[in-house]
Amino acid sequence: MILDFSVIWENLPQFLHGVRVTLQLLLISLAVGFVWSVPLALMRVSGSPWLNLPAWFYTYVIRGTPMLVQLFLIYYGVAQFEAVRASLFWPWLSDATFCACLAFAINTSGYTAEIIAGCLKTTPPGEIEAARAAGMSRLQMYRRILLPSALRRALPQYSNEVVMMLHATSMASLVTLADITGVARTISAQYFLPFEAYLTAGAFYLVLTFLLLQLFKAAERRWLAHLRPQRR
Amino acid sequence: MVKLEVDDLHKRYGAHEVLKGVSLKADAGDVISVIGSSGSGKSTLLRCINLLEQPNAGRIVLDGEELRLVPAKDGTLRAADRKQLQRIRSRLAMVFQHFNLWSHMTALENVIEVPVHVLGVPKKEAIERAEHYLAKVGVAHRKNAYPSHMSGGEQQRVAIARALAVEPEVMLFDEPTSALDPELVGEVLKVMRDLAQEGRTMIVVTHEMGFAREVSTHVMFLHQGLVEEEGNPREVLARPRSERLQQFLSGNLK
Repeated sequence: MILDFSVIWENLPQFLHGVRVTLQLLLISLAVGFVWSVPLALMRVSGSPWLNLPAWFYTYVIRGTPMLVQLFLIYYGVAQFEAVRASLFWPWLSDATFCACLAFAINTSGYTAEIIAGCLKTTPPGEIEAARAAGMSRLQMYRRILLPSALRRALPQYSNEVVMMLHATSMASLVTLADITGVARTISAQYFLPFEAYLTAGAFYLVLTFLLLQLFKAAERRWLAHLRPQRR
Repeated sequence: MVKLEVDDLHKRYGAHEVLKGVSLKADAGDVISVIGSSGSGKSTLLRCINLLEQPNAGRIVLDGEELRLVPAKDGTLRAADRKQLQRIRSRLAMVFQHFNLWSHMTALENVIEVPVHVLGVPKKEAIERAEHYLAKVGVAHRKNAYPSHMSGGEQQRVAIARALAVEPEVMLFDEPTSALDPELVGEVLKVMRDLAQEGRTMIVVTHEMGFAREVSTHVMFLHQGLVEEEGNPREVLARPRSERLQQFLSGNLK
C-alpha cells in the first residue's frame, strides 16, 4: 500500500481554510463561554440557594450530556418548531456557524464555570479575612482579591479545557461546516483517501495544540509566578 | 484622648461563652498587651473589635464614633451600616498570625492595595508611601517579591507595612510572632518596638512576655473570657496577685 499525499498537497488551501474555520469556532466559543462562565462561577460559590441552585443545575446538565447531543438539539432540534422558524432569531438559528458557536460556548461555559468555582473555593481563607479586615466591600473583594487569584490558579486546568474544546470543534463538521475535520471528510469522500485525509487533519490539530500549549505556558510564566518555587 | 473603647463585650459559640464581658480603653499612644493561655478568648476579643467575629453584646467606639450594631437572628450583633463598618475597619489595621498577605500580589502591590482601592489615595502617592513603610520595616529590597518567595519574618514585616500604609488610628496585632521560626521572631518584635516608641496606638495579643513587659503601657490577662488582672505591665507581671496569672507566668518564664 502506498500513501498518496499529492492530493492533500493540491488541496492544501482548503485545509488552511479549514484551520481558519476551526480557529474561528474555537475563539468565538471560548470568548463567549468564558464571559458567561464567570458570573456562573460566582453563582456557584454563592451561599444563597437562589443563585447557587440554578447555576448548579446548568453546569450539571451541560456536563452531564454529550456535546454532540447539545449541538444536534440546537441545530436540528430547535428548527422543528414552527414558532422558532417564524421568530426573529431564525436567521441565526438556521445558520450552522452560529449554532455551532452557541453549542460550543454553552458547553465550555459549564466546564469553565466549575473550574473557576473550584479555584474560588480554594482561595486561602486568611486572604479573604485580610480583605474584610481592611474594609473592602464585597464587590472589591471579588474584583481585587478573589477573582484575580482564582483566575490565575485556574490557568492550568483551563488550558486543558481549551485543548479539549479545540478537538471538540471537529463536531462542527457534522453540521455541514468546513473546519479541519470537515475538509478532511470532503477530501476523503472525493478521492477515497480517508487515511491521508484524516492523518493530515490530525497533524493540523497536533500543531494547533502545540501552539495553544505554548501560549498557556507563557501565560503561566507571567501570571503564576507567585506559585513557582524560587531558585535562590 | 481615647482612641478605642470596647465596652462589655460578650461572645458565645453555642452554649460556650468565650467572652463574658470584657472592656478595654486605649488612649492615643497606648500599647496594650493582651495575654492569656489558649482558649482564654484573647484572639476572639481582637477579632470582635473589627467584627471579623460577631459579638453577642457590647459596644465598640473608635475615635468617638460608635460602631452601630443591630442584633441578627442568631443572637449575634451585625453592623447596622455596612459602609460605616468598612470605614471603621479601614482605620483599624490588623496584623495576623499567619500574615495573610495576598499571594498573587508582590510585596509592594500588597502594601498599596488598600490605600489605592479602599481609601482612594492616588497610585503614585501610594507607591511612595509604600516604599517608605517597606524601608521602615526593613524589606524595601524585597518589594517585587511574592509572599511565597519570602521568609516568614519578611512576610510579617510586609504585613506590618501593609497595615501602616493605611495610616490607621489603632493597630491590632493577633499573635504576630506565633507562626515564626524562633530566629525570625526578633526582627518582627524589633519593628513592633519601634512602632510603639513612635507613639502608635496598638492592641497586641501575644505570648511574648518580654514584649508585654518592656514595650507595652498596659497589660491585660484574660482567663476564661474575663479580665483576671490588668494594669502596668512592670507591676502586674512582676507581682501577679491572682493565682491564675502566677500559674500562667510560671509556665511562661523567660
